[in-house]
Amino acid sequence: MTFKANPAGRALALLCAAALAAACGAPRPVGKDGGSAAPGGAVRLQGAGATFPRPLYEKWMSEYGKINPNAQLDYQSTGSGAGVNQIIAGTVDFGASDDPMSDDDLKKVQGGEIVHIPTVLGAVVVTYNLAGNPELRLAPEVIADIYLGKIKRWDDARIKADNAGVNLPAADITVVARADGSGTSAVFTDFLSKVSPEWKERVGKGKSPNWPAGQRAKGNEGVVAAVKQNPNTIGYTELVYAEQQKLPVAAVRNPAGNFVKPTLDSVSAAAAASLAQTPEDMRVSITNAPGADAYPVASYTYVLIYKDQKDAAKGKALVDFLWWALHDGTPYARALSYAPLPEEVRARAEARLNSITSGGRPLRGA
Amino acid sequence: MSNPAPATPSPASEYGARFRVWNWRRALMPTGNRGDAVFRTLLFLAALAVLLIVGAMIAATASASVPSMREFGFGFLTGREWNPIQGRFGALPFIYGTVMSSAVALAISVPLSLGVAVFLVEQAPRRLARPVTFLVELLAAIPSVVYGLWGIFVLAPALRDYVKPPLQKLFGWVPLFQGPVETGTGLLTAGVILAIMITPIISAVVRDVLAAVPDSQREAALALGATKWETTRVVLANGGPGIAGAIILGLGRAIGETMAVTMLIGNRAQISASLFEPSYTIASVLANEFAEASDELFLSALVQLGLILFLVTFLINGAARLLVWSVTRGTSGTARA
Repeated sequence: MTFKANPAGRALALLCAAALAAACGAPRPVGKDGGSAAPGGAVRLQGAGATFPRPLYEKWMSEYGKINPNAQLDYQSTGSGAGVNQIIAGTVDFGASDDPMSDDDLKKVQGGEIVHIPTVLGAVVVTYNLAGNPELRLAPEVIADIYLGKIKRWDDARIKADNAGVNLPAADITVVARADGSGTSAVFTDFLSKVSPEWKERVGKGKSPNWPAGQRAKGNEGVVAAVKQNPNTIGYTELVYAEQQKLPVAAVRNPAGNFVKPTLDSVSAAAAASLAQTPEDMRVSITNAPGADAYPVASYTYVLIYKDQKDAAKGKALVDFLWWALHDGTPYARALSYAPLPEEVRARAEARLNSITSGGRPLRGA
Repeated sequence: MSNPAPATPSPASEYGARFRVWNWRRALMPTGNRGDAVFRTLLFLAALAVLLIVGAMIAATASASVPSMREFGFGFLTGREWNPIQGRFGALPFIYGTVMSSAVALAISVPLSLGVAVFLVEQAPRRLARPVTFLVELLAAIPSVVYGLWGIFVLAPALRDYVKPPLQKLFGWVPLFQGPVETGTGLLTAGVILAIMITPIISAVVRDVLAAVPDSQREAALALGATKWETTRVVLANGGPGIAGAIILGLGRAIGETMAVTMLIGNRAQISASLFEPSYTIASVLANEFAEASDELFLSALVQLGLILFLVTFLINGAARLLVWSVTRGTSGTARA
C-alpha cells in the first residue's frame, strides 16, 4: 500500500486502530460457565441489582477482600428489577433484589433453581417537616388516607386523635412519593394495601404505583430533600436516609396496637415475628408483622443465586462470602443502619446456603 | 458531497458519461491515488455509520414498542392514565407536560436571549462583548444534574417564597397561577430552569444570525435617518427565519432535557392548567421508570414514549437547521463580531 507520509492520514489510521482495540477490549460479559476466573487462583464474582443495600454490599466486599484477597467481588446497583433480569439471563453470578422474585419470574428461569438468601432487613419510614419537630404517632389507615389525598390537613381530627398534646399546624399536607420505580415504594404500598382496602382497590402494590396525591421526587435522596426543603411536607424513605439527614420519623401502629418507632431492633423484631409465616424458600412480605415490638413497614433484601453452581470455584467463593457476610458482616450492617437478621432467621438463611451445590456436591461441607 | 464533479475530462469519465455507467473506480479514486481512495472510503464509512446508528435506533425502538401499539393503538396518544400496576398506559399527561414546560421555558428565554444577542452584536463595545459571550456560553457547559441540584436547593425555595405568592396575588384569576404555592417544585420551576439552560443555545445562534446580516442593511437604515432602535428592528427582521430556527433549536433541547427537569417538575402524570401543580415530561418518566420496569407491556409503553420523543425532536431539529441555514448561508464573508 502506498500510504504517503501524511500526518493526517497516519493520525486517522492510529485512531481507527485505537477504536478497534477499544472495541476488542470492552468489558466482556461474565460467562455463564465461569470463563472469567482471573489468573493466579483468584476468583472474580459479579453481582447486580437493588440500590438499597449497595453501600453495605460494597463495604462487605471491600472488607472481605482484605481478609480473602483471592475473591474479587463487585456489585452494580442497577435496581432490583434489573438484578432479577440479569440473574435470569445468567449475565451475573448473583442478583440482588428487595422484592422476592414473583412466581412468573421464577418460571422464566432456564439455568436451574434460584435460591433467595436474605442478607439484611430494611425499613421504610414516614418522615415529615413540621415546625418544632414534634414526635408523631401515625395509624396505618391514617397514612393510607394521607397518601390517598383524603386527609388533607395536618390538624385533621384523625391525626390529632393519636397525637394528643402535639401542636399540629392548621396547614395543608404536602405529600411526597418516589417518582422512580423502586423497591422502597413496593414495600410501602405493600404495607398500605394490607391496612387499607381502599388503597388495595384503587392503587395496589408495586414499584411504580400511580400515586393519587402529591408530588413525586427522584430517589430516596430526592424525597428527603423535598421533605427537608418544604414545611408541612410528609414523605417516605429508607430508614438510613432519614437518619443521615436527621429528619424526624413517625412511630407507626402495628397490628398488636403499639406505636413503634423504626429502629434496627424493631425491624429485626418484625422478621422474627413473621418467622412462623415465612415459607421455606424465604419469599415473604414482612410488612404489618404481628409482634408487639415489630415495626410494621419492614422488608428483607435478598441475594439471588443459582442452587446448582456451574463453576465450583466460583460457587464456593460466593457461598463463603455470603456466609461471612451473615456472620462477621453484621457489625458493618449495624454501623450503616441496616438491621441484621435475627438469630432464628439467620439459621434459616444458613440452611439455604448449605443447600447450594456444584455438580450435585454441596459447596459448604462441614 | 462524496462525489465532486471531475475537473478535467479523462477517458474514463467520457466513457462513464456516454453510457451512464456507475464508475466505481473513478468515484473512489478521482485523483488516481490509492491512499486517497482509502481515506475517502474511511470518511464515507464514518458518515454512513451515523446514518446507520440513527436508523438502527428508530428501528429498535419501533419494534420494541409493538406490544404497546398493539394493545392501545392511537388511544396511547390520548390516554390520560398511567398505571403500571394495572397495566394501563396513556401518553397524554407526558406530552402535555413536555409541551407546557418547554413553552414556559421559551416564554422566558426568548426575550432574554434576543436581548443578550442584540446587545452583544449591535450595542456592546468589543471589550465587554467578549467576556459576556464567554459567560453566556459557559452556562451551556454546566452539567444538567448541577442545574437540578441548584434548582432543588436554591431556585425552588426562592420561587416558593418570593415569586409564586405575588404571582398568585396579582394574577390569581388566571387558571395558570392558581393552585398550591407551598411547594417549590412544579411546572413553573421546571420551566424556569429550562429557560436558563436553553438561553445560551438560543442567544449563541441568534448572535451568529445577527452577525450574518450584511452591514449594508444597517448602513442603509442609518443613512435614512433611522435611530439605533429602528436599525435594530431592520436587522432583526432580516434575521427573522434564523431567529425562528434558533428558538426551535432551543425548543429541541428543552423537550429532551431530562435530569434537571426530573428533579424539579414534581413528576405527577396529570393535566392541570396551573403552572404551580406538579407535572411530568416524557424524558422524565423514561428516566424514572425504565430501570425498574419489568413486565413487557410496561417496558413497551415506555419505549413507545421514547419513540415519540425521538421523532418529535428529530423533526424539530431538522426544521430549525433548515431555517438557520436559510439565513446564514453565503453571508459568512461579511460577518461582524
